[in-house]
Amino acid sequence: MNRDLESIRNEFPELERYELREGPSYQFELSRREFAQVLGTGILISLAGQSIFAQGANGSRQTDGADRLHIDTSGIVTVMTSKVDVGQGSRTQITQAAAEELRLPVSRVRLVMADSALVPDDGGTAGSRTTPATIPTIRKACAAARELLLEMALREFRSENSSIEVRDGVVIDPATNKEFGYTDLAKRDDLNVALGKRARSDVAITRVENWSVLGRPTPQVGGEAIVTGRHQYPSDIQRPGMIYAKVLRPPGYGSKLISIELSGAESMAGVTALRDGDFVGFAASTSARAEEARMAVAGTAKWETAEHPSSDNLYEYLRDHSSTGGSRGGRSGGAAKGSVPDGLAASKKVLRASFPIAYIQHAPMEPRAAVAEWQNGNITVWTGSQQPARVRGELSAAFRITTDQVRVIVPDTGGGFGGKHTGEVAVEAARLALAAKRPVSLRWTREEEFTWAYFRPAGVIDIAAGLGDDGSIVAWEHINFNSGGSAIATPYEIPNTRAESKSCDSPLREGSYRALASTANVFARESFMDELALASGSDPLAFRLRHLPKDRLRTVLEAAAERFNWSARREKLKGSETRGIGLACGTEKGSYAAACVEIEVDAKAGRYRVLEICEAFECGAIQNPLNLRKQVEGCIIQGLGGALQEEIRFANGRILNPRFSDYSVPRFKDVPLIETVLVNRPDLPSVGAGETPIVPVAPAIANALAVATGARIRSMPIRDGVFRSV
Amino acid sequence: MEIEFKFHLNGKECSVKTDPRRPLLEVLREDLALTGSKYGCGEGQCRACTVLIDGSPAPSCVTAVSTVQNRQVQTIEGLAEDGRLHPVQQAFIDEDAMQCGYCVPGMILTATGLLNRNSNPSRGEIIEAMNGNLCRCCGYGNIVKAVEHAARLVKERSSR
Ligand code: FES
Ligand code: FES
Repeated sequence: MNRDLESIRNEFPELERYELREGPSYQFELSRREFAQVLGTGILISLAGQSIFAQGANGSRQTDGADRLHIDTSGIVTVMTSKVDVGQGSRTQITQAAAEELRLPVSRVRLVMADSALVPDDGGTAGSRTTPATIPTIRKACAAARELLLEMALREFRSENSSIEVRDGVVIDPATNKEFGYTDLAKRDDLNVALGKRARSDVAITRVENWSVLGRPTPQVGGEAIVTGRHQYPSDIQRPGMIYAKVLRPPGYGSKLISIELSGAESMAGVTALRDGDFVGFAASTSARAEEARMAVAGTAKWETAEHPSSDNLYEYLRDHSSTGGSRGGRSGGAAKGSVPDGLAASKKVLRASFPIAYIQHAPMEPRAAVAEWQNGNITVWTGSQQPARVRGELSAAFRITTDQVRVIVPDTGGGFGGKHTGEVAVEAARLALAAKRPVSLRWTREEEFTWAYFRPAGVIDIAAGLGDDGSIVAWEHINFNSGGSAIATPYEIPNTRAESKSCDSPLREGSYRALASTANVFARESFMDELALASGSDPLAFRLRHLPKDRLRTVLEAAAERFNWSARREKLKGSETRGIGLACGTEKGSYAAACVEIEVDAKAGRYRVLEICEAFECGAIQNPLNLRKQVEGCIIQGLGGALQEEIRFANGRILNPRFSDYSVPRFKDVPLIETVLVNRPDLPSVGAGETPIVPVAPAIANALAVATGARIRSMPIRDGVFRSV
Repeated sequence: MEIEFKFHLNGKECSVKTDPRRPLLEVLREDLALTGSKYGCGEGQCRACTVLIDGSPAPSCVTAVSTVQNRQVQTIEGLAEDGRLHPVQQAFIDEDAMQCGYCVPGMILTATGLLNRNSNPSRGEIIEAMNGNLCRCCGYGNIVKAVEHAARLVKERSSR
């Protein structure tokens, strides 16, 4: 056995799993030679701060920033980023952005994403940060490369013609018809000498009105690999000599392993069986064989179980286990205005209500998966994670090695939705690979994903509000237990407001989810807005507009209402007991969404069905209308799941519905008529669109149901003893 | 206990020696290195693992490998012919019917099975036939359009 491996093994501590702490983010410098192997010959360009450096792939390095671009001699430009694509379309959109600035067609740009050995650190993929933060950085780097091409071309032409431009990756001298393109640039090994160190703070990115690739409908990059089954997701990675693993899970949360007899598995030919602390895993030539090994010894395990609360009394539990401040949403929503007690005292009518929000799970189509391979004490892991730097940190901590010894590669992954921020599967696969001395593939089952991944936080939201003599809102108080602080501050103009997000001792492991707490906070707020509108005898649309400043939120609300024909429909459906309409709006992460819905109710059966959803959405300048529509529609339909039916139930430390047969998610038949209004604002910076469109869906449905039935359901999912969705 | 099985896989004779109870999905992925068929649930609920058995869609995760003995199995890898995409594959690209794409191979095979028995399905028939396939990115709208488009492409190709 290799020396390094031996020493790691001796040192190996109990696996540190299931911690939600953040790992540090690091730079990884691969050697020059390896770089050239991966990318081929050509030049590499780094953008550190505002300086650009270029040099031949075999030259010495003088840059401190990691390389951002590689231009090969066939004229293909490779762009590198630590961002991942989990289905939100970042690959396509970043490719477009690079192509735009490089003046190349999309087909000549290759994107290397999330390979810690190759890419500069743009951070993880979360919080809708790719569009507002990463894309501008990449555009600057590509614009700098374009300027470099231009500059070298002018030198080559011995021209000072300032009107010459880069087109299709080539510069043409109008005087001589001579050409100089990226292909020629890639062959220059004297760039460093020629240019020296130059500050490029003047590099300008392309203005929106001049966009020719961005802003255009661009179909998914890599689509052919997907439809042919050729694309390898993390669970599809194959390595020479690779074997497959299964893990023995505890019988419930908090259970500790006292003892297990592994000999029944160890005696099976070709099986690696391992216990390390509470971790017990098996690896063999097939999953079935590993599972056989697991089953052979599972019965011998003795566990010390722990008490765990049940979802039946979840909301009391959260209230009883709360503390003020330090919300997990990062914001405690402390913003206060005026005095809520004074405002309520002066109100003509005061209303109060509580909104319980269930735990739900992301349930990405591809459960967690990792392939781990050790070589000379260094490890390479292919895994699906939105936070590769964190995974690297987890691996380095678990195996007591430096991050330099850990390479994490994230192939485009089968879904995330905020649910893949952790590296537990990578650590488990790595542990077994170390024991088996072979590459190991570990793919969680759906039940494991439903049980041992994490959940969107549950919560209870208490709102109190007062109406003045003129029917306007004078005071508003919003307290969120556990689900977090995002979008907790009201966007409405109210003289006295207070919002607070309380941390609770969550019975389940929780983490981010598409739009995180804004879904819960907007649900409660927008439901309650309708209750207030009703109490003041106003049209819910007019009531909102009355309290909304003239801004972007108001614009999308008006756009949705107009497309939906809100006023006419409201008139027509007045008094209907079988049909109802509702609306809601919200903003988070700099984008704005409003939805109108129509539902159908069968009061006798206690069933309702969503017939139509019309949503308007605005996220600044639209970079790819095709992808934007997919994200908005995806949010709407995924949002229907949380609105109508999804709810994690648990008791005795176990999830009671950890399968799609028990936990239903939206299917083809659940999709109502959907209309989207994409409001384009070329005058405003583009922001992310993969999250916020989810927020108005649930409250608009609850509001429609209240109109049709007179029954106000304040829980998510929207159902009670009388009504539930079809 | 291992037994030798023969079946036709993507038009070629194929033989594996393995435990007959193993799911076809696992044998395809682990023994035959065909990873285009995906695992999503293992209980017949998501159809990410769909393959065509004698032209009809079946969830390979709950199909024991022994049951395909001497039958025709087609996976996503075997759909394109001579490097030319199958009309359903082409339609998914044309309609941009994918986000993460993990559900797409299963969607394409279910749709192919539908078109095998009904060359001109209505929207309702498409939804009915596809309802067993989950897409957690919830790209259902474009997928329905892709299947409608695929039906047109099939017709065009066969009339040529
Ligand atoms: S994996 Fe076969 S139906 Fe889900
Ligand atoms: S595209 Fe992601 S699951 Fe369908």
